[in-house]
Amino acid sequence: MMTHPFVRALIYLIGLMAFAGLNAAYLVWCERKGAARIQRRIGPCEVGWAGLLQPLADGLKLMTKQLLVPDGVDAALFRLAPVLAMLPGMVSLAVIPFSDTLQAREMELSALLIFAFASVGMLCVLLGGWASGNKFAIISSTRAVSQNLAYEIPMLLTVITIALIVGSLNLRDIAMEQQGNLFHWNLFRLEGWHILTMWISFIIFFICSIAETNRAPFDLAEAESELVAGYMTEYSSMGYGLFMMAEYINIVVGACLTATLFLGGWACPFGLAPGWWWFVLKIYVLIFTIIWVRWTYPRTQIYRLLNLSWKVMIPFSLVNLLITAGLVKFL
Amino acid sequence: MSGYWRDIFVGAKSLLTGLCITGREFFRPVVTEQYPYEAPTLPAHFRGHIELIGNEETGEPNCVVCNMCQMACPSGCIALTGERAPSGKGRVLTSYMLDFTTCSLCGLCVESCKFNALHFSREYNRVAFDKNVFQMDLMARLKEQNQCKP
Amino acid sequence: MNLPRPQHYEETFVLNLGPQHPATHGVLRIKVTMDGEYVVKAEPVLGYIHRMHEKIAEQGNFAQFMPYTARMDYLHALAFNHGYCLVVERAAGIEVPERAEYIRVITVELNRIASHLLWWAAFLLDLGGFTPLLYAFDDREQILDLLERITGSRLTYCYFRFGGVCTDVDDEFISGTRAFITRLRKRLPTMYHSLVTGNIILIKRIKDIGIISREQCRLYGASGPVARGSGIDFDVRKHEPYSVYPELDFDIPVYPDGDSMARYMVRMDEIEQSLRIIEQALDKLPDGPIIAAKVPKNLKPEAGAFYAAVETARGSLGHRLICDGSKNPYRLKLRSPTFCNLSLYAEVAEGMMIADALAFLGSLDLVIPEIDR
Repeated sequence: MMTHPFVRALIYLIGLMAFAGLNAAYLVWCERKGAARIQRRIGPCEVGWAGLLQPLADGLKLMTKQLLVPDGVDAALFRLAPVLAMLPGMVSLAVIPFSDTLQAREMELSALLIFAFASVGMLCVLLGGWASGNKFAIISSTRAVSQNLAYEIPMLLTVITIALIVGSLNLRDIAMEQQGNLFHWNLFRLEGWHILTMWISFIIFFICSIAETNRAPFDLAEAESELVAGYMTEYSSMGYGLFMMAEYINIVVGACLTATLFLGGWACPFGLAPGWWWFVLKIYVLIFTIIWVRWTYPRTQIYRLLNLSWKVMIPFSLVNLLITAGLVKFL
Repeated sequence: MSGYWRDIFVGAKSLLTGLCITGREFFRPVVTEQYPYEAPTLPAHFRGHIELIGNEETGEPNCVVCNMCQMACPSGCIALTGERAPSGKGRVLTSYMLDFTTCSLCGLCVESCKFNALHFSREYNRVAFDKNVFQMDLMARLKEQNQCKP
Repeated sequence: MNLPRPQHYEETFVLNLGPQHPATHGVLRIKVTMDGEYVVKAEPVLGYIHRMHEKIAEQGNFAQFMPYTARMDYLHALAFNHGYCLVVERAAGIEVPERAEYIRVITVELNRIASHLLWWAAFLLDLGGFTPLLYAFDDREQILDLLERITGSRLTYCYFRFGGVCTDVDDEFISGTRAFITRLRKRLPTMYHSLVTGNIILIKRIKDIGIISREQCRLYGASGPVARGSGIDFDVRKHEPYSVYPELDFDIPVYPDGDSMARYMVRMDEIEQSLRIIEQALDKLPDGPIIAAKVPKNLKPEAGAFYAAVETARGSLGHRLICDGSKNPYRLKLRSPTFCNLSLYAEVAEGMMIADALAFLGSLDLVIPEIDR
């Protein structure tokens, strides 16, 4: 069916915004329920059946609160930062291929685009922290910057291994290349013996995506018991709400990227009925793992975090890159 | 350098163990008490605020106005008055006020009572927006309880 | 790992941690002068919850101070009950029946485990791990239920009386305590040690962080797990024995490293030792009265000065009581363990990074109302 490009863009825009908004709202619910189960509690159960209306109630509560702009903040930037924080996640979703037909916009360098926008997300955190004029917020935003810088490098290095295998940075091409059963996926790729090293890439990429999205155990920027709420300390009402939503959208983007790069996108593990449902299943499994990890470990320190990146992740991903290049070249 | 590799392997193992434990807990039953839906079971010695004990037959308070509870109270939250009994023997209680806002539930008043006139109530959920609610008239409370009895 | 430490500081700023801050667990305020993330100077500011307990003791008679003791260290309230009872009993020359002594030991040790569990939970919360908190609370809840059964309250107990305790333990309490010992022994290796103690993130966060030397412990008068974590083998229960502790067989865990990990391990081992104590005390629990027969309503000890020390979960607690022969204490001075333990903080936290400084603060196990009294 051919539709006018403008209508198509509009439909996708609405669809993606709904997807992002619903995810942001209901991932909070999932997180709270998941945490509760791990801690052997029930979790939200009062608003709606099994607390399913809780996100709605939370949203209403946040929206009806006053957006406080304290004295001494840079008012314009302070208001701008949470809005901008939402952007990178939304833009990144546009290039994610949910299935071979369901993709808002195909791009040659779509993987690169996502990384570029992830850095913009980090800038928003810096902006929010800086504009707040709060000492906790500033410490937090500087932490966020050094953390994101440190983890972008190993993340990109592992993406290069994928690019070497597939020969493209187009997410759709990468996913198409992995169609078929489990052993065609990049993670378990039998062809060219990539199964031998790919799990290292996967683990590094997964850890980096947790660190990039500022999730525990790498939530140094929020670090509740040290920095109160980090860069969000001065935010109230929807300013805070938008930052929270941005965090969850970033998690979704991270999971989508992991699923596309390593887990065969919309491919079925047994080669049956590939489609967007497999993709969605994979991202939610990944998201659940991220939640599971968050509720298991204590937080690390900023210098350990940087050490982990510079002394473990980067050397490992470099060696991994060399081996992959060798495999591609000689096999 | 050996420490570097050990940290990676031992560390990864410890992290996986942690995930296994929380993963197992995920599927185990809930242990919390769903408070408003499940009433807590109160132990026999539970200390609620104090209340007067009425005589089995007449329902009149057992109190003989000896003032021991008032003197024992560390925070001075008990105020009671009595008058000479109509029969001319002993004294009867006319008012017994408890200021529950300052009570620390230490139980010294109940222990000081030699006449089986005071005990702890089993009320655990007394809340109010107005502190006057906690200026309790225990005589009135006893009368109410007597009326409830068949 | 040796952390880089800047040699001279430029451009410092002051960060107020508290009186409302998630890591101070109460109304402690720490004025931290910082250079970037480094602590240049940390200055604890006290007094936000000062309630003049020592003065209150002089206002009423001896028994009337009893409920206040539990309000100081609300996490190990029974030890404060015990300390105060001990000094008054010494002053008035009251003999405590043996059964009461055993009940006291059982309840105090149960309370000590509850206190250590809560410390563990709160410490992990400081380090950003939320789930262990709930696991520890699950176990702590069992203790609170047991103690509620005999004391009638859950946190601020007023259970001890001069010459004994106010209610007797029943069979259900005894069997429940035995069941709890089995339960905690089963859970300690997995839910506590495998999940947390062995975790690489935790080890990296608290090993070699906040090293307190033996000498510093002596200078500041630190006691309890803080001193024992620095290799000082001192526990009032062993070295100035009171109650029936000499009749029970238990060890004092001592770790020589002096870092946060050592203090952590001391407390974890103490939980096991307390379980041992409770088990033995339950076996030996004699029959008999639970309170001394002739304790006058209004005590009037002879004039003189008396001292008694007990070991609380946080260290040695001393009560010095001066009597002038009247029915009120003339003066009651408390030597509370956390006050001394906190005074170490300023010196040791210097040069740390803020995250480590807060982890170190958590490892001291502070209960603020007890510092301020």
